[in-house]
Amino acid sequence: MTPESDRRTAGAARIWALVKKEGRQILRDPSSIAVGMILPVLLILLFGYGLSLDVKDVPVAIVLEDTSPDATELASAFQLSPSFQARLITSMRQAESLLLARKVDAIIRIPADFSRQTRIGGAAVQILVPGTDANRARIIEGYAQGGVAQWTARRLAAGEAMAVGPVTVEDRLWFNEANESRYFLVPGLIVLIMTLIGALLTALVVAREWERGTLEALFVTPVRPDEILLSKIIPYFGLGVVGLTLCLLSARFLFDVPFRGSLWIVTGASLLYLIVALGLGLLISSAVKAQFVAGLITVLVAFLPALMLSGFIFDLRSLPTAVRLLTYLFPARYYVALLQTALMAGDIWPDILPNAAMLAACAIVLLGLTRASTKKQLA
Amino acid sequence: MLSSLFRILALVRKELQAMMKDPRGRAVLFIPPALQCLVFGYVATFDLNHVPYAVLDRDRSGASSELLAAFDGSGVFRRVENLAGAADVARAIDERRALVVIEIDQDFERKLMAAEPADIQVIADARNSNTAGVAMNYVAEVVNAFNSQWRGSHGEPAPPIQVSTRAWYNANLETRWSIVPSLIGTLTIAEILLLTAMSIAREKEQGTFDQLLVTPFRPAEIMAGKAIPSLLVGLSQSTVILLVAQLWFRIPFAGSFATLYLGITLFLLAAAGTGLLISAVVTTMQQALLATFLTVMPFTLLSGLLTPVSSMPDALQKFSLVNPLRYMIDIAQRVYLEGAGPDSLSADLWPLAITAGATLSIGALAFRNRIA
Repeated sequence: MTPESDRRTAGAARIWALVKKEGRQILRDPSSIAVGMILPVLLILLFGYGLSLDVKDVPVAIVLEDTSPDATELASAFQLSPSFQARLITSMRQAESLLLARKVDAIIRIPADFSRQTRIGGAAVQILVPGTDANRARIIEGYAQGGVAQWTARRLAAGEAMAVGPVTVEDRLWFNEANESRYFLVPGLIVLIMTLIGALLTALVVAREWERGTLEALFVTPVRPDEILLSKIIPYFGLGVVGLTLCLLSARFLFDVPFRGSLWIVTGASLLYLIVALGLGLLISSAVKAQFVAGLITVLVAFLPALMLSGFIFDLRSLPTAVRLLTYLFPARYYVALLQTALMAGDIWPDILPNAAMLAACAIVLLGLTRASTKKQLA
Repeated sequence: MLSSLFRILALVRKELQAMMKDPRGRAVLFIPPALQCLVFGYVATFDLNHVPYAVLDRDRSGASSELLAAFDGSGVFRRVENLAGAADVARAIDERRALVVIEIDQDFERKLMAAEPADIQVIADARNSNTAGVAMNYVAEVVNAFNSQWRGSHGEPAPPIQVSTRAWYNANLETRWSIVPSLIGTLTIAEILLLTAMSIAREKEQGTFDQLLVTPFRPAEIMAGKAIPSLLVGLSQSTVILLVAQLWFRIPFAGSFATLYLGITLFLLAAAGTGLLISAVVTTMQQALLATFLTVMPFTLLSGLLTPVSSMPDALQKFSLVNPLRYMIDIAQRVYLEGAGPDSLSADLWPLAITAGATLSIGALAFRNRIA
């Protein structure tokens, strides 16, 4: 055996010993297991079912001021719609007081001359929503307009002569024909969960070793800085892979997310992001060396950007330039794009390659910085 | 009574000193809320102001270019590409160059002139179906405006039904107006839970908690000594966020500050109480941090900030009844936009008061049990 290979086996043995120690620590501390395994399942169940931008059973008041068959037909179209829970009210004043008391979330008013006006064109149906929660208001408004449009279309199909718009829009939602918000929310949740496992857990673990002085104790042993880093990355990478598997299984089999691209791309992108998140966590902990501050900083630079600045929910194209440039600094953005494309659209290389390249660059920079800041010296 | 007050004050002073001792910790408490409010105030909106779109115009007529001019002039739609054939449509969408592709058929102008319905196909990238839905609404708005203009200039009758919408309190339905006020609760809850839970977990880990228990302090006093500093920090964080909302985003404020601060105080007490409960079940700082996270994540995501509470399944809607953030968001939005007073907010204020009372007293009981 040459001295070179001898040194290498000694290094491998040291890493293995440290990994074993780290693994035992994970298994003994219920909170690490909670983050690695229970948290992904809990979050994806809770939010996969809980988060939805689809509106159903909105309580609405229909103010029916016209008693003609036309008007009652439109009103009953709303009553039958699964989106609304409609109740008929005769006076606008009564409906407004219901809206003020939050008994209903919208008022649909069918005016007295509705039937006459539909014949000559220009009957006005009024929709009134409270703008306090503007997003919900806009969703309700859209559904109500859809209800009216459907009614018009049915009348047309029944052969009734009616003036329709000169230009009609036939819309198609690619990649998500059923307009299920769950399809884009579940990939976003996977990003959040991988961020939590990768960054938060490692940030705390290494900061704790600094706080307790056990990392300094490690410095007097023959173990090298690279080996310390690897021994921290390997076990948490393993924990992350378990979490990822749970996430992907539930996305596929519980939420029926389509998985249109190849599983290799999804897995590859996720593992790459896991390394990025681990690197971020290690960098934070070796920079601040205190659990409390490390935890807060992880929330600020890893978790909140993954939630808000990643394109998970909010569209990044509409941001002011300065804020949009800021989003390029946070790796979550690239992972969200990769997952959305690979799960819902397919293997579209012109979209996948740049995002994957950016993730790889993030991984190299973060691990490089961590390596540079982990020296065998006392703080 | 008076001596009890002095003891609490002494504890509060000690807590605040411990909190402010570390300059990094100090910075972490106040700078991030202001920065986050600034950044998220811009990010957290479902309104689109930049929709890149591509066109496949097979007609190339006067009418089709008139319609496209309506899109270009809308201020929201930016034409990024004129496509040559059907094969380009998939490419433009797949590679995310366009959010929307508009396809106009060859006989568009002919049908319009013959007063037949002329279809246009609109394809949206629904990888984020919410964004796609909003973009589709904008398309419909532009087309509706075009239609009524066309009818007017070609002497055609008005459509059978026109839908007019009106929104109370927020006429243009600007989501920023709803979201920035909700940030008051969203940005403070994590830090308040964390501060309270960690300050006790730290004492437990370092062994000073047992020392505290052998002093003349009563459990209720220890509890107050831990809750009041968190309340003070939370009030100052909320004020920082409020200032950003008022001075930078200039969100119209219809209500009274007294009502808002009443809501904030009850909310912070409920949050501090929840933090105390967490600290009662954990033994180390790491567990405190993770437990806080496991609590804050559901609180935030199921609060109605991002998706409406009423769209959630019934079981989760019931869970949100114990979520202080849900009530705080409702209070902030309604005080801001509706000018709601304490009477009409009672459905929000009472649950907060009950949560605060319950969590704080259970927290104090948990301290007492440690002595026994």
